[in-house]
Amino acid sequence: MAMDRTEEDDNLPRRLLDGCQRDFPLTPRPFGALAARLGTTEARVLDAFRDMRKDGLVGRIGAVYRTNTVGSSCLAAIGVPLDRLDEVAALVCSFPEVNHNYEREHAFNLWFVVTAPDQARRDAVLDAIEAQSGLRVLRLPMLEDFHLDLGFKLSWS
Amino acid sequence: MTPDPIDLRIVEATQAGLPLVARPYHAIAERLGLAPDDVMARMARMQDLGAIRRIGAVPNHYRLGWRANGMTVWDVDDARVDALGERIGRLPFVSHCYLRPRRPPSWTYNLFAMVHGRDRAEATRQADLIRAELADACRAGEVLFSTMILKKTGLRIASAAAE
Repeated sequence: MAMDRTEEDDNLPRRLLDGCQRDFPLTPRPFGALAARLGTTEARVLDAFRDMRKDGLVGRIGAVYRTNTVGSSCLAAIGVPLDRLDEVAALVCSFPEVNHNYEREHAFNLWFVVTAPDQARRDAVLDAIEAQSGLRVLRLPMLEDFHLDLGFKLSWS
Repeated sequence: MTPDPIDLRIVEATQAGLPLVARPYHAIAERLGLAPDDVMARMARMQDLGAIRRIGAVPNHYRLGWRANGMTVWDVDDARVDALGERIGRLPFVSHCYLRPRRPPSWTYNLFAMVHGRDRAEATRQADLIRAELADACRAGEVLFSTMILKKTGLRIASAAAE
């Protein structure tokens, strides 16, 4: 097979994102298996993923674990007075158990997810945020997951 | 069967992503002192059990141009929310769809669906499609747009073994 750089290679990042959000091979050389499927080389696939990760287009390549299968997580929200937003946001972010923290336009303007090895630790973190901020924390744990998570459909047009 | 302690070590070692090397499972196995075949077999088993939802590239919607991240929230009739949630979760522009508890009086919404649009107009159209799908089972709804991402990391399970 010719190994010259082709137009196909220029589209490799998109083809990888479109085709690799699920079913990443669980085989000894998964990037090589993807390369064979896409008609390119293992090195080019690895380079494309490294570039996408460097540019922030891809957060990571790996397993997406189901919420609460490993550890215990909870979505939480606080209605923070605007003049305290920076301070309270920094407090929330300072906990390593907080893995998402978004400011949103709403009376409840700070939304974050707490994930811990077990529910007791998770609730202790929520209690600590409540105590240290002096603000009530709305606790909204997942009761049911309705999404199959086949990956997000990226339409490039 | 739930993940055992060795499975959890694999989770901890892989939750930030697989290393971008030719043999990533071998690299994980070496780090954990396990056989590569065991790492792959355990990950396959966790996938079969549903503990792993999928293995693949996790795109950054925002950096790819999907700048409007809308958390749509709905107050849906409890008797119908399961069937409707399944339908909303299948919509192509919905990345997450969850049932959560109401906390009246301050919070009255029980169905959450994340939508991603290139701009707010597109995300608002997506929310309108959800609203139409929910129809008369839905008493009220809102779209909460994010104005700032303050922190976003992959799942991190803090433990003595984690860095």
